[in-house]
Amino acid sequence: MSSRPSPGAADLLREMGSVLRLSEAEAAELQGDGQGDAGPPRSVDDETMIINMGPQHPSTHGVLRLMLELQGETVLRTKPIIGYLHTGMEKTGEDLTYLQGPTNVTRMDYAAPLFNELVFSMATEKLLGIDADIPPRAQWIRMLMTELNRISSHLLFMATNGMDIGAVSMMIYGWREREQVLRFLEKVTGLRMNHNYIRPGGVAADLPDGWREDVLALLKMIPPRLREYDILMTGQPIWRERLQGVGIMTAQEAIALGATGPVLRSTGVAWDLRRELPYLYYEQMDFDVVVGTYGDTFDRYAIRLDEIRESIRIVYQVLDRMPPGDYRIQDKKVTPPPRGRIDESMEALIHHFKIFTEGFKVPTGEVYVAVESPRGELGCYLVSDGSAKPYRMRIRGPSFVNLQTLPHMMRGGLIADAVAVISSVDPIMGEVDR
Amino acid sequence: MSVADDAGKAPAPGDETAPATPEARRYGVPATRSRDDEVLHPGRDQLAELVRTLRDDEGYAMCLDVTAVDYLAHPARPPLPPGIAPERFEVVVVLLSHVARRRLRLRVQVSEADPVVPSLFDVHPGTEALEREVFDMFGIRFDGHPDLTRILMPEDWIGHPLRKDYAVGKIPVQFKGVTNAR
Repeated sequence: MSSRPSPGAADLLREMGSVLRLSEAEAAELQGDGQGDAGPPRSVDDETMIINMGPQHPSTHGVLRLMLELQGETVLRTKPIIGYLHTGMEKTGEDLTYLQGPTNVTRMDYAAPLFNELVFSMATEKLLGIDADIPPRAQWIRMLMTELNRISSHLLFMATNGMDIGAVSMMIYGWREREQVLRFLEKVTGLRMNHNYIRPGGVAADLPDGWREDVLALLKMIPPRLREYDILMTGQPIWRERLQGVGIMTAQEAIALGATGPVLRSTGVAWDLRRELPYLYYEQMDFDVVVGTYGDTFDRYAIRLDEIRESIRIVYQVLDRMPPGDYRIQDKKVTPPPRGRIDESMEALIHHFKIFTEGFKVPTGEVYVAVESPRGELGCYLVSDGSAKPYRMRIRGPSFVNLQTLPHMMRGGLIADAVAVISSVDPIMGEVDR
Repeated sequence: MSVADDAGKAPAPGDETAPATPEARRYGVPATRSRDDEVLHPGRDQLAELVRTLRDDEGYAMCLDVTAVDYLAHPARPPLPPGIAPERFEVVVVLLSHVARRRLRLRVQVSEADPVVPSLFDVHPGTEALEREVFDMFGIRFDGHPDLTRILMPEDWIGHPLRKDYAVGKIPVQFKGVTNAR
């Protein structure tokens, strides 16, 4: 395996770093008035060219826009331009009660919504001081659902990554398998995405009848399909040629840039929060943390493929050990009364009404909680002022931080490889822009 | 700044309602506990040097998060150790040590009159986008940042949305045939 040739010493001397720090106004000035036909883009010093990629581009995963400085076909510096999907969700979160909060955060990382709900609920529970009292069944259900969500998220990556690289039929296959997983999530939560299922205090509903058979059918269906992926992609000389040695990053760079998740693990750093700082019952689970060697695009692909297999292992263990019991805490402060009680008790009706209109008060304090989402460390920083709404709700989206690695991975590569590199980071723009 | 000398005086784990003792110091700065998390309270001028020392000598190799809180509407805020004067803004930095498997949180008080904090870019380049976001959302400037521009809002936006004196926007919904549009 050899890396792509570097753009040459003269260029490296002339360039400082890989991040293009040029405002949109300056870029527009370089390229004419920005209105109508401005002619071919003029270059900074007649040797390089600045072009724009996205936000409407099939391979930029939503609305990511890149400003690329090119010399011929070689990428020199890059600036990711984000914010096209910004809807002020952190501000909105300050206006919703803790019970409404999951409906908001679930829309951030829309490929892995249950993780957002999980981290928000765990942070709220820690502020309430009930994090040790959550019933075991609720925690095991959370593990089951988030691991299945990790599988569906990685399957989505398989689909989009395949399409970006040119294995277009992969798009259909990945989507097909993901849909099967989403079907189960829909059966449990009522929705394919944006579930609002994991809530402070537990989960919204118990698992439906026949859930075990459904999960077993899923777990039986996926591994043969993964072997098909191996035939279609992993072992293919074209696929390997396209990915190996492209977008290389070292462990030092990844750590300095704050990268987490598969991006960090591809550089050989075995850091997975499920193993290193376990939450829920992950310390009882038997699974492997998949790491790469070269930190290239192929490693990031292969890690996600193998993480699906590891998640399947975890789900089998969860199936074996799912305990009976409550699926939410029986703390009257947090949990509304059962539906049946509302018909016979005025107090229960009032209680139900108050919880859903006023919410519950949370003691003052601040807390940071993180879980391992399919994209890396998903953190939630909550500040409470003692009222029923968070004073500050901050979500540390792994995609947002991981995007910073793009310029470093793309530097010196071909513009055709830029697409492969973007895809390998697997950014979800809902989480980047929030 | 001495680092190891007072490491043994780490505050005992406990809830933060217990008053912070004056001698609760760690890495040379006042320290508290918040729900079992370790929190340091460096001054604004100590921040960059402290983060560098933590990275080089204590293994906190990664900066996970830089964010801020505007305490305009909640001046009481989560408790501060004695000797730390509350200010309107607070910059919150989350560090991670892979070796010790521990996170560390820094809370830095930033005044409204002079909302400037030294940038951590030279220590952790990964804070570039995070500091841009804090600048965008709170108007806190980071001294020494290579490209302190808006990141999520448009370049010509006026105001800093996550400040507490910035109202939540509402767009009136027009329904057909309704006279009293709200």
